[in-house]
Amino acid sequence: MGTISEKIFSRAAGTEAKANDFVLADVDYAMAHDGTSVLAVNAFKEMEVEKVWDPERIVIPFDHIAPANNETAASLQHEIRDWIKEQQIPNFYEVGEGICHQVLPENGFALPGKLVVGADSHSCTYGAFGAFATGVGATDMAEIFATGKLWFRVPESIRMTVEGELGEGVYAKDLTLYLIGKTGIAGATYKAVEFYGPAISRLSVSGRMTLCNMAIEMGAKSGIVPPDGKTFEFLKNREAEPFDPVYADPAAEYAQEVCYDAGDIEPQLACPHQVDNVKPVGELEGTHVDQVFIGTCTNGRLEDLEVAAGILKGKKVAVRTIVIPASRSTLLAAIENGTMQTLLKAGVTLSTPGCGPCLGAHQGVLGEGEVCVSTANRNFRGRMGKGGFIYLASPATAAASALSGEITDPRKV
Amino acid sequence: MKGKAWKFGDDVDTDAIIPGRYLIFNTPEELAKYTFEGVRPEFAKKVHENDIVVGGSNFGCGSSREHAPLALRGSKVSCVIAKSFARIFFRNSINIGIPVLECPDTDRIDDGDELEVDLGTGVIENKTKGETYQATPLPEFVREIVDKGGLVEYSRDLVSKR
Repeated sequence: MGTISEKIFSRAAGTEAKANDFVLADVDYAMAHDGTSVLAVNAFKEMEVEKVWDPERIVIPFDHIAPANNETAASLQHEIRDWIKEQQIPNFYEVGEGICHQVLPENGFALPGKLVVGADSHSCTYGAFGAFATGVGATDMAEIFATGKLWFRVPESIRMTVEGELGEGVYAKDLTLYLIGKTGIAGATYKAVEFYGPAISRLSVSGRMTLCNMAIEMGAKSGIVPPDGKTFEFLKNREAEPFDPVYADPAAEYAQEVCYDAGDIEPQLACPHQVDNVKPVGELEGTHVDQVFIGTCTNGRLEDLEVAAGILKGKKVAVRTIVIPASRSTLLAAIENGTMQTLLKAGVTLSTPGCGPCLGAHQGVLGEGEVCVSTANRNFRGRMGKGGFIYLASPATAAASALSGEITDPRKV
Repeated sequence: MKGKAWKFGDDVDTDAIIPGRYLIFNTPEELAKYTFEGVRPEFAKKVHENDIVVGGSNFGCGSSREHAPLALRGSKVSCVIAKSFARIFFRNSINIGIPVLECPDTDRIDDGDELEVDLGTGVIENKTKGETYQATPLPEFVREIVDKGGLVEYSRDLVSKR
Protein backbone atom coordinates (compact mmCIF):
# COMPACT_ATOMS: atom_id res chain seq x y z
CA MET A 1 0.00 0.00 0.00
CA GLY A 2 1.72 3.20 -0.98
CA THR A 3 2.37 6.22 -3.11
CA ILE A 4 4.09 5.89 -6.48
CA SER A 5 7.41 6.84 -4.85
CA GLU A 6 7.03 4.31 -2.02
CA LYS A 7 6.23 1.55 -4.50
CA ILE A 8 9.12 2.37 -6.85
CA PHE A 9 11.59 2.53 -3.93
CA SER A 10 10.20 -0.73 -2.50
CA ARG A 11 11.00 -2.44 -5.79
CA ALA A 12 14.38 -0.73 -6.27
CA ALA A 13 15.52 -1.38 -2.69
CA GLY A 14 14.06 -4.87 -2.47
CA THR A 15 12.32 -4.06 0.79
CA GLU A 16 8.99 -2.55 1.84
CA ALA A 17 9.76 1.19 1.80
CA LYS A 18 7.60 3.85 3.43
CA ALA A 19 7.98 7.64 3.37
CA ASN A 20 10.94 8.84 5.45
CA ASP A 21 12.64 5.41 5.43
CA PHE A 22 16.29 5.40 4.42
CA VAL A 23 16.95 2.85 1.69
CA LEU A 24 19.84 1.70 -0.46
CA ALA A 25 18.31 1.45 -3.93
CA ASP A 26 19.41 -0.02 -7.25
CA VAL A 27 19.41 2.70 -9.89
CA ASP A 28 17.92 1.68 -13.27
CA TYR A 29 19.49 4.45 -15.38
CA ALA A 30 22.12 7.04 -14.49
CA MET A 31 22.69 10.21 -16.51
CA ALA A 32 25.45 12.81 -16.49
CA HIS A 33 26.12 15.49 -19.11
CA ASP A 34 29.16 17.50 -20.20
CA GLY A 35 28.53 20.02 -17.39
CA THR A 36 28.52 17.53 -14.53
CA SER A 37 30.31 14.42 -15.81
CA VAL A 38 33.78 15.94 -15.33
CA LEU A 39 33.42 16.17 -11.55
CA ALA A 40 31.60 12.82 -11.44
CA VAL A 41 34.34 11.08 -13.42
CA ASN A 42 37.03 12.71 -11.25
CA ALA A 43 35.27 11.43 -8.11
CA PHE A 44 34.85 7.99 -9.73
CA LYS A 45 38.60 7.86 -10.45
CA GLU A 46 39.38 8.90 -6.87
CA MET A 47 37.29 5.96 -5.68
CA GLU A 48 39.88 3.75 -7.35
CA VAL A 49 37.28 1.55 -9.00
CA GLU A 50 38.32 0.24 -12.39
CA LYS A 51 35.06 -0.38 -14.25
CA VAL A 52 31.62 1.20 -13.98
CA TRP A 53 28.89 -1.06 -12.59
CA ASP A 54 26.97 -1.41 -15.86
CA PRO A 55 27.94 0.61 -18.96
CA GLU A 56 24.54 -0.11 -20.59
CA ARG A 57 22.74 1.76 -17.80
CA ILE A 58 24.77 4.95 -18.02
CA VAL A 59 23.65 7.65 -20.44
CA ILE A 60 25.84 10.66 -21.26
CA PRO A 61 24.57 13.40 -23.59
CA PHE A 62 26.68 16.50 -24.36
CA ASP A 63 24.32 19.46 -24.23
CA HIS A 64 25.31 22.16 -21.74
CA ILE A 65 28.19 23.81 -23.59
CA ALA A 66 27.81 22.08 -26.91
CA PRO A 67 29.60 22.70 -29.20
CA ALA A 68 32.36 23.77 -26.83
CA ASN A 69 32.75 27.56 -26.59
CA ASN A 70 36.45 27.65 -25.72
CA GLU A 71 39.59 25.51 -25.35
CA THR A 72 38.95 24.68 -21.70
CA ALA A 73 35.46 23.30 -22.39
CA ALA A 74 36.74 21.45 -25.47
CA SER A 75 39.58 19.81 -23.54
CA LEU A 76 37.26 18.70 -20.75
CA GLN A 77 34.84 17.20 -23.26
CA HIS A 78 37.77 15.44 -24.94
CA GLU A 79 38.72 13.86 -21.60
CA ILE A 80 35.17 12.66 -20.99
CA ARG A 81 34.93 11.16 -24.49
CA ASP A 82 38.11 9.19 -23.74
CA TRP A 83 36.65 7.95 -20.45
CA ILE A 84 33.40 6.96 -22.18
CA LYS A 85 35.41 4.92 -24.70
CA GLU A 86 37.55 3.35 -22.02
CA GLN A 87 34.46 2.36 -20.02
CA GLN A 88 32.67 1.18 -23.18
CA ILE A 89 29.55 3.19 -22.44
CA PRO A 90 27.34 2.73 -25.50
CA ASN A 91 24.73 5.42 -24.72
CA PHE A 92 26.81 8.50 -25.49
CA TYR A 93 25.02 11.31 -27.33
CA GLU A 94 27.34 13.74 -29.07
CA VAL A 95 27.08 17.51 -29.47
CA GLY A 96 23.92 18.31 -31.41
CA GLU A 97 21.89 15.23 -30.46
CA GLY A 98 19.99 17.32 -27.96
CA ILE A 99 19.28 18.12 -24.35
CA CYS A 100 19.67 15.24 -21.89
CA HIS A 101 16.06 15.54 -20.70
CA GLN A 102 14.84 15.20 -24.29
CA VAL A 103 17.36 12.57 -25.37
CA LEU A 104 16.60 10.14 -22.52
CA PRO A 105 12.83 10.02 -23.16
CA GLU A 106 13.29 9.86 -26.94
CA ASN A 107 15.57 6.87 -26.53
CA GLY A 108 13.32 5.06 -24.10
CA PHE A 109 15.33 5.42 -20.87
CA ALA A 110 12.55 7.34 -19.07
CA LEU A 111 10.17 4.51 -18.29
CA PRO A 112 7.23 3.92 -15.94
CA GLY A 113 8.21 2.44 -12.59
CA LYS A 114 11.96 2.92 -13.07
CA LEU A 115 14.38 4.74 -10.78
CA VAL A 116 16.30 7.19 -12.94
CA VAL A 117 18.95 9.43 -11.40
CA GLY A 118 20.68 12.27 -13.22
CA ALA A 119 23.53 14.59 -12.36
CA ASP A 120 21.24 17.48 -13.25
CA SER A 121 18.49 19.02 -11.16
CA HIS A 122 15.93 18.86 -13.98
CA SER A 123 16.18 15.07 -14.14
CA CYS A 124 12.72 15.12 -12.53
CA THR A 125 11.45 15.56 -16.13
CA TYR A 126 11.30 11.76 -16.51
CA GLY A 127 8.47 11.68 -13.96
CA ALA A 128 6.26 12.63 -16.93
CA PHE A 129 6.52 8.93 -17.85
CA GLY A 130 5.76 7.60 -14.38
CA ALA A 131 9.40 7.10 -13.37
CA PHE A 132 10.83 8.20 -10.05
CA ALA A 133 13.50 10.53 -11.34
CA THR A 134 15.65 12.96 -9.42
CA GLY A 135 18.83 15.01 -9.61
CA VAL A 136 22.00 14.49 -7.59
CA GLY A 137 25.49 15.97 -7.51
CA ALA A 138 28.71 14.64 -8.95
CA THR A 139 29.95 12.63 -5.97
CA ASP A 140 26.62 10.81 -5.65
CA MET A 141 26.77 10.12 -9.39
CA ALA A 142 30.28 8.68 -8.99
CA GLU A 143 28.93 6.37 -6.29
CA ILE A 144 26.29 5.16 -8.78
CA PHE A 145 28.89 4.75 -11.54
CA ALA A 146 30.89 2.56 -9.15
CA THR A 147 28.15 0.52 -7.46
CA GLY A 148 24.83 1.07 -9.26
CA LYS A 149 23.37 1.97 -5.89
CA LEU A 150 22.62 5.12 -3.91
CA TRP A 151 21.04 5.80 -0.54
CA PHE A 152 17.81 7.78 -0.48
CA ARG A 153 15.31 8.99 2.03
CA VAL A 154 11.95 7.91 0.59
CA PRO A 155 10.05 11.17 0.15
CA GLU A 156 6.61 12.00 1.44
CA SER A 157 4.25 12.85 -1.39
CA ILE A 158 1.92 15.69 -2.24
CA ARG A 159 -1.17 14.80 -4.24
CA MET A 160 -1.81 17.73 -6.59
CA THR A 161 -5.05 17.59 -8.58
CA VAL A 162 -5.93 19.97 -11.39
CA GLU A 163 -9.58 19.94 -12.39
CA GLY A 164 -11.11 21.47 -15.50
CA GLU A 165 -9.54 22.46 -18.78
CA LEU A 166 -6.96 25.05 -19.84
CA GLY A 167 -8.46 27.91 -21.84
CA GLU A 168 -7.54 29.01 -25.37
CA GLY A 169 -3.98 30.39 -25.51
CA VAL A 170 -3.12 28.84 -22.15
CA TYR A 171 -0.55 26.04 -22.15
CA ALA A 172 1.21 23.47 -19.96
CA LYS A 173 3.86 26.09 -19.13
CA ASP A 174 1.22 28.50 -17.81
CA LEU A 175 -0.25 25.72 -15.67
CA THR A 176 3.24 24.82 -14.41
CA LEU A 177 4.17 28.42 -13.53
CA TYR A 178 0.77 28.88 -11.84
CA LEU A 179 1.34 25.78 -9.67
CA ILE A 180 4.86 26.96 -8.75
CA GLY A 181 3.48 30.38 -7.82
CA LYS A 182 0.90 28.71 -5.57
CA THR A 183 3.34 26.22 -4.02
CA GLY A 184 6.36 28.52 -3.67
CA ILE A 185 10.01 27.94 -4.51
CA ALA A 186 10.50 25.66 -1.48
CA GLY A 187 6.90 24.53 -0.96
CA ALA A 188 7.57 20.94 -1.97
CA THR A 189 11.18 20.58 -0.73
CA TYR A 190 12.14 16.96 -0.06
CA LYS A 191 8.74 15.75 -1.32
CA ALA A 192 7.50 14.02 -4.44
CA VAL A 193 4.51 15.57 -6.20
CA GLU A 194 2.00 13.27 -7.89
CA PHE A 195 -0.18 15.03 -10.47
CA TYR A 196 -3.79 14.01 -11.05
CA GLY A 197 -7.02 15.31 -12.56
CA PRO A 198 -8.59 15.90 -15.95
CA ALA A 199 -6.36 18.89 -16.79
CA ILE A 200 -3.28 16.70 -16.30
CA SER A 201 -4.75 13.78 -18.31
CA ARG A 202 -5.48 16.21 -21.15
CA LEU A 203 -1.86 17.34 -21.31
CA SER A 204 0.18 15.85 -24.13
CA VAL A 205 3.34 13.91 -23.26
CA SER A 206 5.26 17.07 -24.18
CA GLY A 207 3.13 19.16 -21.79
CA ARG A 208 3.63 16.65 -18.98
CA MET A 209 7.39 16.91 -19.51
CA THR A 210 7.13 20.70 -19.12
CA LEU A 211 5.24 20.20 -15.85
CA CYS A 212 7.52 17.54 -14.34
CA ASN A 213 10.65 19.38 -15.56
CA MET A 214 9.84 22.27 -13.24
CA ALA A 215 8.91 20.20 -10.15
CA ILE A 216 12.38 21.08 -8.79
CA GLU A 217 11.39 24.77 -9.00
CA MET A 218 8.97 24.14 -6.13
CA GLY A 219 11.77 22.27 -4.37
CA ALA A 220 10.38 18.80 -5.16
CA LYS A 221 12.59 15.72 -5.31
CA SER A 222 10.42 14.34 -8.08
CA GLY A 223 7.23 15.20 -9.99
CA ILE A 224 5.24 12.26 -11.32
CA VAL A 225 2.34 11.85 -13.74
CA PRO A 226 0.80 8.35 -13.59
CA PRO A 227 1.31 6.70 -16.98
CA ASP A 228 -1.67 6.27 -19.30
CA GLY A 229 -2.47 5.53 -22.94
CA LYS A 230 -0.59 8.63 -24.13
CA THR A 231 2.52 7.53 -22.24
CA PHE A 232 2.44 4.02 -23.68
CA GLU A 233 1.80 5.35 -27.19
CA PHE A 234 4.90 7.58 -26.92
CA LEU A 235 7.04 4.74 -25.57
CA LYS A 236 6.03 2.25 -28.23
CA ASN A 237 9.16 0.99 -30.04
CA ARG A 238 11.38 3.26 -27.94
CA GLU A 239 11.62 1.46 -24.59
CA ALA A 240 15.16 0.49 -23.65
CA GLU A 241 13.80 -2.49 -21.69
CA PRO A 242 10.46 -3.90 -20.52
CA PHE A 243 8.73 -1.96 -17.72
CA ASP A 244 5.91 -2.32 -15.21
CA PRO A 245 3.78 0.80 -14.69
CA VAL A 246 3.39 1.75 -11.03
CA TYR A 247 0.31 3.48 -9.61
CA ALA A 248 -0.52 4.74 -6.14
CA ASP A 249 -2.81 2.57 -4.03
CA PRO A 250 -6.18 4.06 -3.09
CA ALA A 251 -5.14 3.95 0.57
CA ALA A 252 -1.81 5.71 -0.07
CA GLU A 253 -0.98 8.38 2.50
CA TYR A 254 -0.11 11.89 1.37
CA ALA A 255 1.60 14.65 3.34
CA GLN A 256 -0.69 17.12 1.63
CA GLU A 257 -3.54 17.08 -0.91
CA VAL A 258 -4.22 20.19 -2.96
CA CYS A 259 -6.62 20.93 -5.78
CA TYR A 260 -6.67 23.67 -8.42
CA ASP A 261 -8.91 24.53 -11.36
CA ALA A 262 -7.29 24.90 -14.78
CA GLY A 263 -10.11 27.22 -15.84
CA ASP A 264 -8.74 29.90 -13.45
CA ILE A 265 -5.40 30.06 -15.21
CA GLU A 266 -4.36 32.84 -17.59
CA PRO A 267 -1.02 33.01 -19.42
CA GLN A 268 1.59 33.35 -16.66
CA LEU A 269 5.12 34.71 -16.40
CA ALA A 270 7.73 34.18 -13.69
CA CYS A 271 9.32 37.58 -13.10
CA PRO A 272 12.94 38.35 -12.17
CA HIS A 273 14.67 36.99 -10.20
CA GLN A 274 12.74 34.07 -8.75
CA VAL A 275 10.72 31.28 -10.32
CA ASP A 276 7.80 31.60 -7.89
CA ASN A 277 7.46 35.33 -8.58
CA VAL A 278 4.60 34.49 -10.94
CA LYS A 279 2.12 36.99 -12.40
CA PRO A 280 -0.63 36.79 -15.01
CA VAL A 281 0.37 38.35 -18.33
CA GLY A 282 -2.18 41.16 -17.88
CA GLU A 283 -0.05 42.70 -15.11
CA LEU A 284 3.07 42.76 -17.28
CA GLU A 285 1.85 43.73 -20.76
CA GLY A 286 3.99 46.44 -22.31
CA THR A 287 7.21 45.51 -20.47
CA HIS A 288 10.13 46.18 -22.84
CA VAL A 289 11.89 43.07 -24.20
CA ASP A 290 15.41 42.86 -25.75
CA GLN A 291 15.58 39.16 -26.55
CA VAL A 292 13.24 36.19 -26.86
CA PHE A 293 14.50 32.64 -26.34
CA ILE A 294 12.37 29.64 -27.32
CA GLY A 295 13.86 26.27 -26.44
CA THR A 296 15.30 24.23 -23.49
CA CYS A 297 14.29 21.01 -21.77
CA THR A 298 11.18 22.83 -20.56
CA ASN A 299 9.80 24.05 -23.89
CA GLY A 300 11.96 23.14 -26.87
CA ARG A 301 9.84 20.31 -28.25
CA LEU A 302 8.03 20.10 -31.59
CA GLU A 303 4.69 21.08 -30.04
CA ASP A 304 6.33 24.22 -28.59
CA LEU A 305 7.95 25.20 -31.88
CA GLU A 306 4.63 24.65 -33.67
CA VAL A 307 2.80 26.95 -31.24
CA ALA A 308 5.44 29.64 -31.79
CA ALA A 309 5.30 29.17 -35.58
CA GLY A 310 1.50 29.47 -35.49
CA ILE A 311 1.86 32.94 -33.96
CA LEU A 312 4.83 34.09 -36.08
CA LYS A 313 3.55 32.77 -39.44
CA GLY A 314 3.73 35.44 -42.14
CA LYS A 315 5.03 38.08 -39.69
CA LYS A 316 8.40 39.43 -38.59
CA VAL A 317 9.89 39.44 -35.11
CA ALA A 318 10.66 42.88 -33.68
CA VAL A 319 13.50 41.75 -31.41
CA ARG A 320 16.26 39.15 -31.71
CA THR A 321 14.65 35.76 -31.21
CA ILE A 322 16.69 32.62 -30.62
CA VAL A 323 15.10 29.25 -31.30
CA ILE A 324 16.84 26.07 -30.15
CA PRO A 325 15.08 22.74 -30.70
CA ALA A 326 15.45 20.33 -27.78
CA SER A 327 16.97 17.59 -29.96
CA ARG A 328 18.11 16.63 -33.42
CA SER A 329 14.89 14.67 -33.95
CA THR A 330 12.84 17.70 -32.89
CA LEU A 331 14.76 19.84 -35.38
CA LEU A 332 14.31 17.27 -38.15
CA ALA A 333 10.57 16.99 -37.50
CA ALA A 334 10.26 20.80 -37.45
CA ILE A 335 12.07 20.96 -40.79
CA GLU A 336 9.96 18.19 -42.31
CA ASN A 337 6.60 19.74 -41.38
CA GLY A 338 7.54 23.30 -42.36
CA THR A 339 7.62 24.72 -38.82
CA MET A 340 11.29 25.62 -39.06
CA GLN A 341 10.80 27.39 -42.39
CA THR A 342 7.97 29.48 -40.90
CA LEU A 343 10.14 30.42 -37.91
CA LEU A 344 13.18 31.30 -40.01
CA LYS A 345 11.10 33.38 -42.43
CA ALA A 346 9.76 35.28 -39.42
CA GLY A 347 13.33 36.25 -38.59
CA VAL A 348 14.34 33.91 -35.78
CA THR A 349 17.90 32.69 -35.28
CA LEU A 350 18.48 28.95 -35.04
CA SER A 351 21.16 27.35 -32.86
CA THR A 352 22.45 23.82 -32.25
CA PRO A 353 20.05 21.55 -30.32
CA GLY A 354 21.16 21.74 -26.69
CA CYS A 355 20.77 23.93 -23.63
CA GLY A 356 21.68 27.15 -25.45
CA PRO A 357 21.90 30.30 -23.31
CA CYS A 358 19.66 28.91 -20.51
CA LEU A 359 22.54 28.48 -18.08
CA GLY A 360 24.42 31.52 -19.29
CA ALA A 361 27.40 29.84 -20.90
CA HIS A 362 26.96 30.69 -24.59
CA GLN A 363 24.64 31.14 -27.60
CA GLY A 364 22.72 34.21 -26.48
CA VAL A 365 23.64 35.41 -23.00
CA LEU A 366 22.28 38.79 -21.96
CA GLY A 367 24.03 42.12 -21.57
CA GLU A 368 23.80 44.29 -18.46
CA GLY A 369 20.21 45.49 -17.99
CA GLU A 370 18.77 43.47 -20.90
CA VAL A 371 15.40 41.75 -20.65
CA CYS A 372 14.70 38.30 -22.05
CA VAL A 373 11.40 36.46 -22.34
CA SER A 374 12.50 32.84 -22.14
CA THR A 375 10.70 29.51 -22.25
CA ALA A 376 13.30 28.02 -19.86
CA ASN A 377 12.87 27.04 -16.23
CA ARG A 378 15.05 29.41 -14.19
CA ASN A 379 15.28 33.17 -13.92
CA PHE A 380 17.76 33.59 -11.07
CA ARG A 381 19.83 36.77 -10.98
CA GLY A 382 22.80 36.40 -13.32
CA ARG A 383 21.73 33.04 -14.73
CA MET A 384 21.75 34.12 -18.38
CA GLY A 385 24.47 36.70 -17.91
CA LYS A 386 25.39 39.25 -15.28
CA GLY A 387 22.81 42.03 -15.01
CA GLY A 388 20.14 40.37 -17.18
CA PHE A 389 16.42 40.16 -16.40
CA ILE A 390 14.61 36.93 -17.29
CA TYR A 391 10.85 36.45 -17.60
CA LEU A 392 9.81 32.81 -17.95
CA ALA A 393 6.81 32.16 -20.18
CA SER A 394 5.14 29.75 -22.56
CA PRO A 395 6.29 29.53 -26.19
CA ALA A 396 3.05 31.33 -27.15
CA THR A 397 3.70 34.29 -24.85
CA ALA A 398 7.36 34.31 -25.95
CA ALA A 399 6.40 34.38 -29.65
CA ALA A 400 3.74 37.04 -29.14
CA SER A 401 6.27 39.16 -27.25
CA ALA A 402 8.83 38.67 -30.03
CA LEU A 403 6.41 40.26 -32.52
CA SER A 404 5.84 43.42 -30.49
CA GLY A 405 9.12 43.77 -28.57
CA GLU A 406 7.19 43.93 -25.32
CA ILE A 407 5.47 41.38 -23.10
CA THR A 408 2.27 40.51 -24.93
CA ASP A 409 -0.78 38.36 -24.19
CA PRO A 410 -0.74 35.63 -26.87
CA ARG A 411 -4.54 35.58 -26.85
CA LYS A 412 -4.53 39.09 -28.34
CA VAL A 413 -2.27 38.32 -31.31
CA MET B 1 35.38 26.59 14.29
CA LYS B 2 35.53 30.37 14.44
CA GLY B 3 34.96 32.93 11.73
CA LYS B 4 33.28 36.05 10.45
CA ALA B 5 29.72 35.83 9.08
CA TRP B 6 28.86 36.59 5.46
CA LYS B 7 25.12 37.17 5.62
CA PHE B 8 22.75 36.32 2.76
CA GLY B 9 18.95 36.24 2.48
CA ASP B 10 16.43 33.53 1.59
CA ASP B 11 16.59 31.29 -1.50
CA VAL B 12 20.27 31.78 -2.33
CA ASP B 13 20.49 29.81 -5.59
CA THR B 14 23.42 27.92 -7.06
CA ASP B 15 23.62 30.38 -9.98
CA ALA B 16 24.33 33.04 -7.35
CA ILE B 17 26.98 30.87 -5.65
CA ILE B 18 28.74 30.04 -8.94
CA PRO B 19 27.39 31.20 -12.34
CA GLY B 20 26.97 28.53 -15.05
CA ARG B 21 29.68 29.96 -17.28
CA TYR B 22 32.27 28.79 -14.73
CA LEU B 23 31.23 25.12 -14.89
CA ILE B 24 34.28 24.64 -17.10
CA PHE B 25 36.39 24.94 -13.93
CA ASN B 26 36.52 21.88 -11.74
CA THR B 27 38.91 22.57 -8.87
CA PRO B 28 37.95 24.39 -5.66
CA GLU B 29 40.83 26.85 -6.17
CA GLU B 30 39.76 27.91 -9.69
CA LEU B 31 36.07 28.11 -8.76
CA ALA B 32 36.81 30.17 -5.63
CA LYS B 33 37.81 33.14 -7.80
CA TYR B 34 34.17 33.51 -8.88
CA THR B 35 32.21 32.58 -5.72
CA PHE B 36 29.12 34.81 -5.39
CA GLU B 37 30.45 36.92 -8.29
CA GLY B 38 27.06 38.22 -9.40
CA VAL B 39 25.56 38.96 -5.98
CA ARG B 40 28.55 39.79 -3.72
CA PRO B 41 31.38 40.73 -6.09
CA GLU B 42 33.70 41.54 -3.16
CA PHE B 43 33.31 38.06 -1.62
CA ALA B 44 36.06 36.23 -3.52
CA LYS B 45 38.70 38.85 -2.63
CA LYS B 46 37.69 39.59 0.92
CA VAL B 47 36.69 36.20 2.32
CA HIS B 48 39.08 34.83 4.94
CA GLU B 49 39.86 31.25 5.83
CA ASN B 50 37.24 29.87 8.27
CA ASP B 51 34.65 32.58 7.50
CA ILE B 52 31.07 31.34 7.74
CA VAL B 53 28.32 31.76 5.15
CA VAL B 54 24.93 32.44 6.74
CA GLY B 55 21.65 32.28 4.83
CA GLY B 56 17.89 32.32 5.36
CA SER B 57 15.61 29.55 4.18
CA ASN B 58 16.10 27.28 1.14
CA PHE B 59 19.83 27.94 0.80
CA GLY B 60 21.37 26.40 -2.34
CA CYS B 61 18.22 26.00 -4.42
CA GLY B 62 18.43 25.40 -8.17
CA SER B 63 21.01 23.46 -10.13
CA SER B 64 22.61 20.22 -8.93
CA ARG B 65 26.07 21.60 -9.75
CA GLU B 66 28.55 20.37 -7.16
CA HIS B 67 30.67 23.31 -8.27
CA ALA B 68 28.65 25.40 -5.79
CA PRO B 69 29.84 23.76 -2.57
CA LEU B 70 33.26 23.22 -4.22
CA ALA B 71 33.53 26.98 -4.78
CA LEU B 72 32.76 27.52 -1.09
CA ARG B 73 35.40 24.95 -0.16
CA GLY B 74 37.87 26.75 -2.41
CA SER B 75 36.99 29.99 -0.60
CA LYS B 76 38.03 28.16 2.62
CA VAL B 77 34.62 28.78 4.20
CA SER B 78 34.41 26.64 7.36
CA CYS B 79 30.67 25.98 7.27
CA VAL B 80 27.29 27.17 6.03
CA ILE B 81 24.46 27.96 8.43
CA ALA B 82 20.91 28.53 7.17
CA LYS B 83 17.31 28.20 8.33
CA SER B 84 16.88 25.44 5.76
CA PHE B 85 18.68 24.03 2.73
CA ALA B 86 17.63 22.85 -0.71
CA ARG B 87 17.94 19.09 -0.91
CA ILE B 88 20.63 18.59 -3.55
CA PHE B 89 22.93 21.32 -2.22
CA PHE B 90 22.69 19.88 1.30
CA ARG B 91 23.72 16.44 0.10
CA ASN B 92 26.46 17.74 -2.21
CA SER B 93 27.99 19.85 0.59
CA ILE B 94 28.32 16.89 2.93
CA ASN B 95 29.63 14.73 0.09
CA ILE B 96 32.53 17.13 -0.49
CA GLY B 97 33.15 17.82 3.18
CA ILE B 98 31.47 21.16 3.90
CA PRO B 99 29.48 21.15 7.16
CA VAL B 100 25.94 22.52 6.72
CA LEU B 101 23.90 23.42 9.78
CA GLU B 102 20.20 24.19 10.06
CA CYS B 103 19.44 26.91 12.59
CA PRO B 104 16.14 28.83 12.90
CA ASP B 105 17.80 31.99 14.32
CA THR B 106 19.93 33.16 11.39
CA ASP B 107 17.91 36.43 11.21
CA ARG B 108 19.74 37.47 14.38
CA ILE B 109 23.13 37.17 12.69
CA ASP B 110 24.45 40.20 10.78
CA ASP B 111 27.17 40.53 8.20
CA GLY B 112 30.55 40.62 9.93
CA ASP B 113 29.45 39.07 13.25
CA GLU B 114 32.11 36.85 14.80
CA LEU B 115 30.75 33.33 15.22
CA GLU B 116 32.01 30.22 16.95
CA VAL B 117 30.39 26.96 15.95
CA ASP B 118 30.52 23.61 17.73
CA LEU B 119 29.68 21.01 15.10
CA GLY B 120 29.22 18.28 17.69
CA THR B 121 26.56 20.06 19.74
CA GLY B 122 25.23 22.44 17.10
CA VAL B 123 25.76 25.40 19.45
CA ILE B 124 26.53 28.68 17.66
CA GLU B 125 28.00 31.51 19.70
CA ASN B 126 27.67 35.02 18.33
CA LYS B 127 30.70 36.71 19.94
CA THR B 128 29.79 40.13 18.53
CA LYS B 129 26.28 40.15 19.98
CA GLY B 130 26.88 37.93 23.01
CA GLU B 131 24.13 35.54 21.93
CA THR B 132 23.88 31.78 21.58
CA TYR B 133 21.80 29.85 19.04
CA GLN B 134 21.06 26.16 18.71
CA ALA B 135 21.44 24.47 15.30
CA THR B 136 20.42 20.90 14.56
CA PRO B 137 23.64 18.92 15.03
CA LEU B 138 24.63 16.66 12.15
CA PRO B 139 24.25 12.93 12.86
CA GLU B 140 27.55 11.30 13.83
CA PHE B 141 28.11 9.40 10.60
CA VAL B 142 27.51 12.56 8.57
CA ARG B 143 30.02 14.38 10.74
CA GLU B 144 32.51 11.60 10.08
CA ILE B 145 32.03 12.08 6.32
CA VAL B 146 32.65 15.81 6.73
CA ASP B 147 35.68 15.24 9.00
CA LYS B 148 37.25 12.90 6.46
CA GLY B 149 36.88 15.58 3.80
CA GLY B 150 33.94 14.05 1.93
CA LEU B 151 32.21 10.88 0.80
CA VAL B 152 35.02 9.65 -1.48
CA GLU B 153 37.59 9.84 1.33
CA TYR B 154 35.11 8.37 3.82
CA SER B 155 34.24 5.42 1.55
CA ARG B 156 37.90 4.75 0.74
CA ASP B 157 38.62 4.67 4.45
CA LEU B 158 35.77 2.23 5.08
CA VAL B 159 36.99 -0.04 2.30
CA SER B 160 40.57 -0.03 3.61
CA LYS B 161 39.33 -1.09 7.08
CA ARG B 162 37.37 -4.06 5.70
